Amino acid sequence: MAGADERMLLTTPFHSRVAAACETNCWGNWKGYTTPNSYIDVELEYFAIRSTTGVFDLSPMGKYRVTGPDAEAYLNRLITRDVSKIREKRVGYTVWCDDEGQVLDDGTIFHLGPNDYRICAYARAIDWLLWSAEGFDVCVEEETQNVAALAVQGPTSCAALMAMGLSGLDALKPFGIEYFDFEGEQLMVSRTGFTGDLGYELWIAPEKAEDLWDRLFAAGAPHIIKPFGMEALEMARIETGFIQAGVDFIPAEETIRQGRSRSPFELGLDWLVDLNKPVFNGRKALLDEKSRGSRYRFAILDVAGNKPANNSFILKNGKQVGVVTSAAWCPTAKTNVALAQLEMPHGAIGEELVAEIYYQRELHWTKVNAPCKVLESPVFDPPRRRQTPALPY
Amino acid sequence: MKKYDAIVIGAGHNGLTNGAYLAKAGLDVAVLERNSYIGGATVSRELYEGWTYSNCSYVCSLLRPELVRDLELPRHGLQVVPYGGGVTFMRNGDYYGNFYDHERQYREMARHSKRDANAYERYTADVMKQTRLIRPFLLKTPPDPTSLKLRDLKDLMEYGKSFMDLGEAGLIDALKFWTKSVGDFLDEYFESDVIKAHLGGTGVIGTALGVYSPGTAYVLLHHYMGDVDGNVGSWGFARGGMGSVAEALAKSFQGFGGEIICDADVDQIIVRNGKARGVALKNGTELYADTVVSNLDPKRTFLDVMDEKDLPGEVIKKAQNFKIRGSSGKLNIALDGLPSFTGLDQGSPLMLGDYHFSDSLPRIERAYDDWKDGTWSKDPYVDVLIPTQTDPTMAPPGKHMMTVFVQYCPPKVHGNDWTAEDKAGFEKSVIDQIAAHSPDFKDLILHCETRTPKEIEAEVGLTEGNIFQGELTFDQLLFNRPFPGYAQYRGPVKGMYMCGSGTHPGGGVMAAPGANAAREILRDLRKPNTVPEGYADD
Amino acid sequence: MTDYDVLMVGAGHNGLVCAHALAKSGRKVLMLEAGDVAGGCAATREFAPGFSVSSCAQWLTQLSPRVMDSMSLVDHGLQFAARDLASVSLAEDGDHLVLRGAKLEGANISAEDQLAYEDFSARMMRFTKILAKAFSTRAPKLVESNFADRLTLIKLGLGLKLLGKNDMNDLMRIILINMYDVMEENFDHPRLKALLSLDGMLGSHMGPRSPNTVFGYLYRRVGNLFGYDGPAQLRGGMGALADAMVASCKAAGVEIRCGEAVASIDSEAGQVTGVTLASGEQFSGKLVVSNVDPVTTFQYLVGYRNLETGVVRSVSNIRNKSGTAKLHLALSGLPSFAGLSAELTGHRLVIAPDMNYAERAFNAVKYSEYSKEPVMDISIPTVNDPGLAPDGQHVISAIVQFAPHEPEGGWDGHRQAFTDIVLDLLERYAPGIRGLVTASELLTPQDLEKEFGMTGGHWHHGELSLDQVMMMRPFHGANQYSTPVNGLYLCGAGSHPGGGVMGLAGLNAANEIIKRVGAA
Repeated sequence: MAGADERMLLTTPFHSRVAAACETNCWGNWKGYTTPNSYIDVELEYFAIRSTTGVFDLSPMGKYRVTGPDAEAYLNRLITRDVSKIREKRVGYTVWCDDEGQVLDDGTIFHLGPNDYRICAYARAIDWLLWSAEGFDVCVEEETQNVAALAVQGPTSCAALMAMGLSGLDALKPFGIEYFDFEGEQLMVSRTGFTGDLGYELWIAPEKAEDLWDRLFAAGAPHIIKPFGMEALEMARIETGFIQAGVDFIPAEETIRQGRSRSPFELGLDWLVDLNKPVFNGRKALLDEKSRGSRYRFAILDVAGNKPANNSFILKNGKQVGVVTSAAWCPTAKTNVALAQLEMPHGAIGEELVAEIYYQRELHWTKVNAPCKVLESPVFDPPRRRQTPALPY
Repeated sequence: MKKYDAIVIGAGHNGLTNGAYLAKAGLDVAVLERNSYIGGATVSRELYEGWTYSNCSYVCSLLRPELVRDLELPRHGLQVVPYGGGVTFMRNGDYYGNFYDHERQYREMARHSKRDANAYERYTADVMKQTRLIRPFLLKTPPDPTSLKLRDLKDLMEYGKSFMDLGEAGLIDALKFWTKSVGDFLDEYFESDVIKAHLGGTGVIGTALGVYSPGTAYVLLHHYMGDVDGNVGSWGFARGGMGSVAEALAKSFQGFGGEIICDADVDQIIVRNGKARGVALKNGTELYADTVVSNLDPKRTFLDVMDEKDLPGEVIKKAQNFKIRGSSGKLNIALDGLPSFTGLDQGSPLMLGDYHFSDSLPRIERAYDDWKDGTWSKDPYVDVLIPTQTDPTMAPPGKHMMTVFVQYCPPKVHGNDWTAEDKAGFEKSVIDQIAAHSPDFKDLILHCETRTPKEIEAEVGLTEGNIFQGELTFDQLLFNRPFPGYAQYRGPVKGMYMCGSGTHPGGGVMAAPGANAAREILRDLRKPNTVPEGYADD
Repeated sequence: MTDYDVLMVGAGHNGLVCAHALAKSGRKVLMLEAGDVAGGCAATREFAPGFSVSSCAQWLTQLSPRVMDSMSLVDHGLQFAARDLASVSLAEDGDHLVLRGAKLEGANISAEDQLAYEDFSARMMRFTKILAKAFSTRAPKLVESNFADRLTLIKLGLGLKLLGKNDMNDLMRIILINMYDVMEENFDHPRLKALLSLDGMLGSHMGPRSPNTVFGYLYRRVGNLFGYDGPAQLRGGMGALADAMVASCKAAGVEIRCGEAVASIDSEAGQVTGVTLASGEQFSGKLVVSNVDPVTTFQYLVGYRNLETGVVRSVSNIRNKSGTAKLHLALSGLPSFAGLSAELTGHRLVIAPDMNYAERAFNAVKYSEYSKEPVMDISIPTVNDPGLAPDGQHVISAIVQFAPHEPEGGWDGHRQAFTDIVLDLLERYAPGIRGLVTASELLTPQDLEKEFGMTGGHWHHGELSLDQVMMMRPFHGANQYSTPVNGLYLCGAGSHPGGGVMGLAGLNAANEIIKRVGAA
C-alpha cells in the first residue's frame, strides 16, 4: 500500500474516503486493518442499513483464491457443504471443521468460474487451507490485499447501484454473482451480505477502490446512501441471527482449553452439514455426534424488557444452563434479542428460560432476571431480502 | 555457640525464600552466604564504576507472582518492568523482529512467510496448552510415583486427572511434546529458517543439548511458563538489576526476624546419629540447628558439604550421576553509548528486547557440536540485551550496559582448565559476532566482564556454572528432580533439606523450590504452613 | 472378484506374520507384493554374479519366539547358520574387545568393567521384560481406554512396581536419557561404551548423546528375552526367513502374488473398498491390511484427499528420514583383520572406537552430509554360510552410519566418494581388503527407500524415538492398528512396537483385527 507506514496498522484501499467520512474518528482493529467503529452515529448508520442504503468497507475480510483441476474436490473435502451444488456465479455460506468436527470458521465460497473459487473468512486460514491442499492438484493463495470490497446493504441498495450504471442488477438472485465493467476494470457484484437485508457486495481491484467509492456515493445520494461502521453492523447481524467467529464461537484451533470449541450442530448450522458427502473434515466426528447427541445448542432468545442481555447467564429453575454470546436491542424488530449457547437438552423452540442481566444507570447497578423464550427464527427477515427482481426501495 | 531453629546454606533467591517462609512460621533462621554479598545468581554488581551488572541471571519472568505478593517484595523495593521487542539478525542483512503488538508481529512474520504468520497462532495455542499443564504444579511438591502413601497417591491422581482432562488426542500431543526436540517441534509449524531459529533458541538456553536433541521442547516451555502481570510468556527486567530480587527477599526475610550471615563459607553439614545438627564453617566456627537446608546444587550438597559416611551410597552415586553441565557463558559490557545495528533504525522498539544472530536451527546445532567437541562455539547462539534502555538505574545517563548470554561454553576446554588465552578466544568469538552486525559496537566498549563456566562456578558456586542447578531434561524434572526418591526436598539425613533450583520445579529465578521446600520442612516440624497456594490457572 | 476376506498390501515379514495368523483364524488372505519376492527387509539378493547377501537386515536379533512357533518356521525350513554370535569392537592395533553373552574379553578390559557390565546387563534385562510385555499387545489408549487397554496399563504399572523402588526410579530416569551418559555412569573402556551405545543408535537418526537412545538400546535387548544372546545368522541369509514364512503362509492357505504393485487402497466414505493394482486390476474387499509404511499407506495409497486434514498433518509429521546406508562387497578371499582370530571373523564386527567418534559421525547427518569417519556394523556371512559366495570367496554386508537421505546435489555426485570413505576405513582395520574387492554396492537411504518401499529409507518405517513409540506410533488415530479408514489396518514396522525383524507388529495387528472383526 503506497505511503503506508509499516509500523502502523494496515489501511484499506478505501482509507482516504473512509477517513474523510469518519466524523467520530473512532477506529478499531479488524485483523490488522484500521477500520471505523462508527462514522457519524451508530443509530443513524444502523437505520441507513434498514431504511435506505449503508456502505461498509469489507476489504479486511480474509480472501483466499482456490484454482486448479481439483478445486471442487478440494473444497468438498474442506467444507461441510456439497460444493457441487454451488453453481458457477453463485455463492454459498458454509463452515469448515477440524477432524474432531469442531468449527474452525464460517465464511462464504464464491464460485467464480470453472475450477475457480474464492473463500471469504473471518479468521486467518492460510495454514489450514494449505495443509488441506496436500494431495490435491490445486493452487491456494491468500488474496486479501489484492481485492477491495464494499458491502452495499439496505432497501435502496439495488436502486443506488443501478443508478451507478449496473443495469440489470435487479435481476440478480440472492447468492448470485454478476460482473460489470467499471472504468475498464472488472467489477464483481454478489448479492450477499451480513445484514440480513437486501444487499450486495462489490469486489474490485484496489487501484479502482477510491473511484468506486466516489461514484457509488455520487450515484447513490438520491437513494440516501451512508457509510456504516462495525458497531452498526453488529446490531444488524444480531438482529438477523448471524453468528460471528471469535464472538459466538471460538475457532477450534485457537482454543486452548479442552471442550471450548463447538460443532456446526451446536451452532445451529445443521443445514450446512451434508453427511452424505463421502469425505470431508469432521465427517466421522459429526456422524458420531449425530448418534451420540450434542453437548450444546445454539438459540436465538427473545428477552423480556429492553435491557440487552450481554454476557448474561441463562438460567432454568435457578440453575445455570447457558450463556449469552451476543445481545442487542433490535430497533427495527423492536425486540430484545440474545444469541446463546445452551447446554443440552435446553434450547428447544419455545422453551422458557431466564436471563440474568446486570446493567447500570449512573453507576447504580441493577440485576434483573428477565424471562426469555427460544425463538424459531430470527426476528428480522424481510421478504425484500429474497425478492427477485429486487424492489427499488 | 548459638543454636538456630534452622540454617539455610546459601543466600541465593531460593535460600532467602526458604528462610523467609521458615521465619514467617516463627522459626529462628540464619541464612549463610559464602560471599560478602548475597544473591547467588540473582545479583547486581558494580564491577565498573557507575555501571551495575546483572552479571548472572539477567531477566525475570518465572518468579512466582504468588510469592512476590505474599512476601511483599514490591514493598521491599522490587519492581519488575516488562520489556518487548527482540530481533534475530540474519546473515543476508535482513532481520526478523519480535514486536509486542500482535498485529505488528503478524506483519513481520508474514514478511518472512505468510503461512508461518498464520501457523504462529496455532503454535501459540499449542504451547499454551502445555504451559497450562505444568503451571499448576509449580508450587506443589511432586508426588513420588513409587510410593503408596495416601498423600502421594492423591497427588498422583491429581496429576493424572489434569492429564486425562486433555482427552486422548491432547494427552498424546502432550506426551509427544515432552519427548520431542525443539527443532522437530518447530518443523511441524514453520517453514522459515529465521523464525524457527528465533523461537527455537530458548529451547537450548542453559542446556547442554542441541536444538535437535529430544527433550528440548520442554526447555522451550520452561521459558514460556512464566508471566509478567498475568501475561504468560512475557519477560521483564528487575529494576536495579537482578540483585533487586535478592535484596527484596532479604528484606522480607529480615522483616520476619531472620538473620543473614555473609562471609560464612560452609565446610560441612554436621550430622550426628543420622540427624542434621548444624554446620561447620571453614573458619572453624560451628553453628547449630536441627534443620539444615541446602540451597546449593545437588552435587555440591552431597559431594562437597556432606561427609560420605553420613550418606547412603546410592545418594552419592545419584549425585555423581546428576547431570549439571556447564554449557553457558556470559559477557557483561559497559558501553559508552547505544550501539547501532545494521538494518535497524536507532530507537526501534525491537532494540528493547533480546538480540540473536543465529538465523537458522542448523547454525545453533553446530554451535552445540563445538561444545560436544570440548570447546566454545565459534558461531555461538547469543541472547543479548541492553536493559539500560528500560532501566535508568544501571548506567549513567546516555551510557549503556549490555548483557550477553552465550550458548555454548564448556566448563573445561578439551578437558583442560580454561587458560587466559582460551578466555580471550571465547570473548572474541562473541564480540566479533555482535560486531558483525553493529559497526560501532567495539568502539563503544568501556569494560567487559567475561564469564566462562569456570568463573560462574568459582563465584556463584554453581557446579560447572550450570545456570539451572542441573539440566532441565525430563529425567531430572518433577519426581526425578534432583533424583528419583529425593524429589520432595528431604535429604537422606533427618533434618536435612534441599531448596535450590536443583529441586522441582527447577531454575530460572522462580523461587518456587525455596517455597516448596519450606512447606515440607514446616510439615515435618508440625508447624502451620506459611507458604501460599498457587493461583488457579483457569 | 471378492473371493478374499483380507487383502494385504505388501508381503514383508510382518505382513507374512499377520497374514498367517489371519489365515489360521479361517480367513482367505491375498497378499500383493510389489517386489519379485516376499519378505521385505528379510531378503537375500544376488548383488554381483555368484555373490548373495542379506540386502537389508543382516542379523536376526529379536524374532519373537511366538512367531517362530506359531508359524512353525523350523518345520518350514528355517535353519540357523550361527547363533549367539559375539560382538567384536575392532581396534586398528588388533587389540579387539569381544563381547560374548555377558562376558568381555581382550583390549585390557578391567575387572571393574566386567563386573559393571554383568550388573548393567542384568538390570537392563529386568527393564526389558516390561518392554517385552508392552510389545506383546496393542499400545493402550490412555483416556478413551477400554477394558483391554486398562488391563495392559495395569500390567505395565504392576511390572514397574514389581521392579522395586530403585529399579523403577532408574528406569524412569534412563529411559529418557542418552547412551552417552549411561555409559559414562557405568563403564570406563571407551570401546565398550561405544559398542553398547551403537546398539542404541543403529538404524536411527541419533548419536550416543541423543536422548532416547537408551530406549533404542533396550529395544534391541528385547531380543535377549526372545532367546538371542547375540546376533544370529540364517542359512541362506535373511531371505531364508522370508522363504520359511512364505512356506508357512502357503500351508495355511494364504495366496501370495509377487510383482503385483498396489497402486491404490480404495475407499469410499471413509470405508475401505479394496485395492487397485498398477496394472489396473482391482480387488474389492472390506478388509485391507497394509504392511507398508504409514506414509506410503496414507499419502500414496489411500491418498491424502481421502483423509481428513488433521490426519494429513499427523502423517506428514512422522519422522522417517534414515541415516543408515548398507554396503555390500564381493571379496576374492577372506579379509584379514589385524589381530582377529579366524574364529571371530564370522562374528559381528563393529567399528566404533569411542562415543565421541560415533557422535561426530552422527553430526554430519544433521546437516545432510555423510560421516567422514562412519561407524560400521559388519557381517562376513560367508564364514558361517559359505553358500552365499563361490568357493573360497566371500561377501561383506555392513551397516554404515551415517549417510543422509539426500546429500546436497543428490547422491550421484557423492556415491563414489562415500564408498571410498568406507573402504578406506575398512582398509585401516583390515589392511589389504581393498585388493580383495571384486564388486561393491552401496545402498544409500534413498536406495533402501526405493528397493524396500520404505519412505525415508528408515528400516523402522519411522524413527524409534520416544515421541514415536507406543500410543504415539505411528500417530493418534492409527495407534491400535486400525486407521481413520474403516476396514484398513496397519501391520508393519511403522506400528507398535516397531521394526527390526521381530514380527510383533504383524502378530499384534492380526490379534486386533480378529478381535474387532470377529472370528471368521
